[in-house]
Amino acid sequence: MVLWRMVLYRMKVWRSVACSVLLVVMGFSLAANWLAPAGYAKQYRDVTDAAPSRQHWLGTDEIGRDRFARVLYGTRISLLLAPAAALLSTLMAALVGGMSGYLGGAWARGAMAVTDLFLSLPWLFLLITVRAVMPLNVSPLLSVMVTFLMLGLLGWTSSARVLCATASSLRDSDFVRQARASGIHGTRLFWVHVLPNLKPVLYAQFWISIPAFILSEANLGILGLGVAEPMPSWGSLLKELEGLVSVGEEPWKFVPLILLVVVVTSFQLVLSKQEELSA
Amino acid sequence: MNDARGRLAVVAITSKFRNAMLVFAFACSTLAGAAWAQGELRFCLRSEPKTFDPLKVEDDASVAIRYLTGGVLVRLSRQTQVLEPELAQSWKVSKDGRQITFKLRSGILFSDGTPFSAEDVAYTVQQLMDPALHSATGDAFRTGPGNVETEVVSPTQISITFPAPVAGLDRQFDQVAMLSAHSPKKEMAVLGPFMVADYKPGATVLLKRNPNYWKSDAQGHKLPYLDSIRLDIQPNRDVEMLRFKRGEIDLINSLDSEYFDKLQATSPQAAHDAGPSLDSEQMWFNEVGRSPLPTYKKNWFRSANFRRAISDAINRDDLARVVFRGHAQPAVGPVSPANKFWFNPKLKVEPYSPDAALKSLQSDGFRLENGVLKDKDGNAVVFSLITNSGNKYRERMATMIQEDLQKIGIHMNVVTLDFPSLIERMTQTFDYEAILLGLTNVGLDPSEQMNVWLSSSDNHQWNPSEKAPETAWEAEIDRLMREQASSADAKKRKQSFDRVQEIAVEQAPFIYLVNRNALSAVAANVQGAAPVILVPQTYWNVERLSVK
Repeated sequence: MVLWRMVLYRMKVWRSVACSVLLVVMGFSLAANWLAPAGYAKQYRDVTDAAPSRQHWLGTDEIGRDRFARVLYGTRISLLLAPAAALLSTLMAALVGGMSGYLGGAWARGAMAVTDLFLSLPWLFLLITVRAVMPLNVSPLLSVMVTFLMLGLLGWTSSARVLCATASSLRDSDFVRQARASGIHGTRLFWVHVLPNLKPVLYAQFWISIPAFILSEANLGILGLGVAEPMPSWGSLLKELEGLVSVGEEPWKFVPLILLVVVVTSFQLVLSKQEELSA
Repeated sequence: MNDARGRLAVVAITSKFRNAMLVFAFACSTLAGAAWAQGELRFCLRSEPKTFDPLKVEDDASVAIRYLTGGVLVRLSRQTQVLEPELAQSWKVSKDGRQITFKLRSGILFSDGTPFSAEDVAYTVQQLMDPALHSATGDAFRTGPGNVETEVVSPTQISITFPAPVAGLDRQFDQVAMLSAHSPKKEMAVLGPFMVADYKPGATVLLKRNPNYWKSDAQGHKLPYLDSIRLDIQPNRDVEMLRFKRGEIDLINSLDSEYFDKLQATSPQAAHDAGPSLDSEQMWFNEVGRSPLPTYKKNWFRSANFRRAISDAINRDDLARVVFRGHAQPAVGPVSPANKFWFNPKLKVEPYSPDAALKSLQSDGFRLENGVLKDKDGNAVVFSLITNSGNKYRERMATMIQEDLQKIGIHMNVVTLDFPSLIERMTQTFDYEAILLGLTNVGLDPSEQMNVWLSSSDNHQWNPSEKAPETAWEAEIDRLMREQASSADAKKRKQSFDRVQEIAVEQAPFIYLVNRNALSAVAANVQGAAPVILVPQTYWNVERLSVK
């Protein structure tokens, strides 16, 4: 019993640390304008691919841009847009999965068929196609927003299956039957009795999606299909690691990767708190 | 006829004696070869060879195997860029550029022992020019309708007559590996220094020395020195580099500048920078009349002043220094200075000058308002530059150009697209504003660029397939290119092509950015390597390479 309490205490500590880390990272990225006033696009062409120095805390990239500034601005983009995409995908999952599970029968079968169809789509090629047909003269900001929008629109399927199963089990639960017997039907039954019980699952799906979208954007960035130049994102920053043969050679280039791992881990720790709350 | 340089003295012997002498010479040479044959050279092919038939070759891997195994009548020296005799002792091109006569060496045998004669040359040419073969090598000779005629004058002399003049006729034979008319082994009977001994699809091609190869070195040692060459099929450049560092392969024909610098830091003797290559990086604007661009943008892109202003505003020195880490040179024009004969030395690199760019733009009615460049109708100058995704050098160049143009108030969006989408926009829909791509030149002769410069061509990228030249300068380029292609007089051809280069720089349909250096890696155990800029950079003298 004492051991169990210690484990719980340590988990709480770690969650607190994770929340603090997320807050600090978010705070720093929001303060990018003050911490790196020269901006992420300024090219110091005489100090390219430089090691960390007083002027450039994390050195410069291949064309002389300050890596610290790019990490800050890239973090801002990834941390603001990934939750936005996660919110969109969770809402879509709630709409398709939650509603179909609640309605059951042909609705559920139809919705799951659509979900399976979406799951079977080669999303990478779909994203490449969307990028290819997009107008060319769009600003980098709009381009990155479209990228995350696409991730959000395509990323709801797994969550929808989970929500469908949960809503389906709720529909047949005793308290919903009792509510029905009391004369509550339709939308009111859904909003008052089903949705509140779906909320923990929705939260969990939301938190799970955030690191998944961050990693998806990073993958797209590595393929050259993410955020348009000169805007940074974690994906475009991770591209620097291509062809790096030794970890010890230029360790400062690993900062975006370390940051990504730390943030994703922090999200996972926060998520476990959410799961505990929902249990 | 041209005198062959460094040719062997031909000793007149009677036909009775000849066979006995050949057997003796073969025995001696085999022994000498065995004594001098040294080791196995290993390097990578970046793709599967699509064919071993030298006449059907199109892809890089097959070209490499053709170079290593094929015997040619004449060879363009990759070092001096001068045509040198090989199987032909001498040759003569007629004044009208339609006929070429070769005097062949005697006593040469294919790898399977079949003797080589003028009949084999006639057979090879007939096969090459067979329309059913669809040979890319043959297409270079196909300049007019009609058949090719071959006349075997004697076993060592042949005349070949083409229906129309062929520009640089003798140089084209550098690509034609001779086939045997009589060998049962067909194209596997070769005259080059090596022959294909084993092929494991997806893994390796093993070449063994040709025991009948006709060349010897100055000391009389039979060439090639190497016993064999192992070509590993390896498309991944990272793996190729790793294998070189581990000592598993001996050569890398072309390296990118980052790998080069890393290699130079650890093994400076293995890294070779042969200077500017023929390859160029360039950008161009969409000048297609039927493109879906708004009219005001079409007007910008069709203005030579606008294009030249963009050219002036790009800092090429920085592109070469920063993006290619100094392993590139600012480009002058359509021809790299590495092309010793055809480069026009009057042309100089455009100096970086944002002021000159603004002046040019002002002459077209553009004006700078609060840091934003606007045309005479008040439209802000904004355009997009597409390049292929995944090419980090082009992405970096585009980003640097973006900042350069920002200085003269132009907002340029960088767009990276997958290659098929880019090609579709470039050749089908014409839905683009500017493109940044590279041009890989393998040939030196301007006739190989006909498809780019003729206004009627599909590959006339800035405005393909024009029914008639839409501008006076394009008409002039058409005329000059046809003139040089139909002349056998090298001096006149040079004059015409020099003018083409001048017009290309004046009108800037292509904005040439940099010429990349030819970077390669050669392991310390390889003897005799002297990397050059022309393909194949590291093993152009393969017969004289050896491995310790």
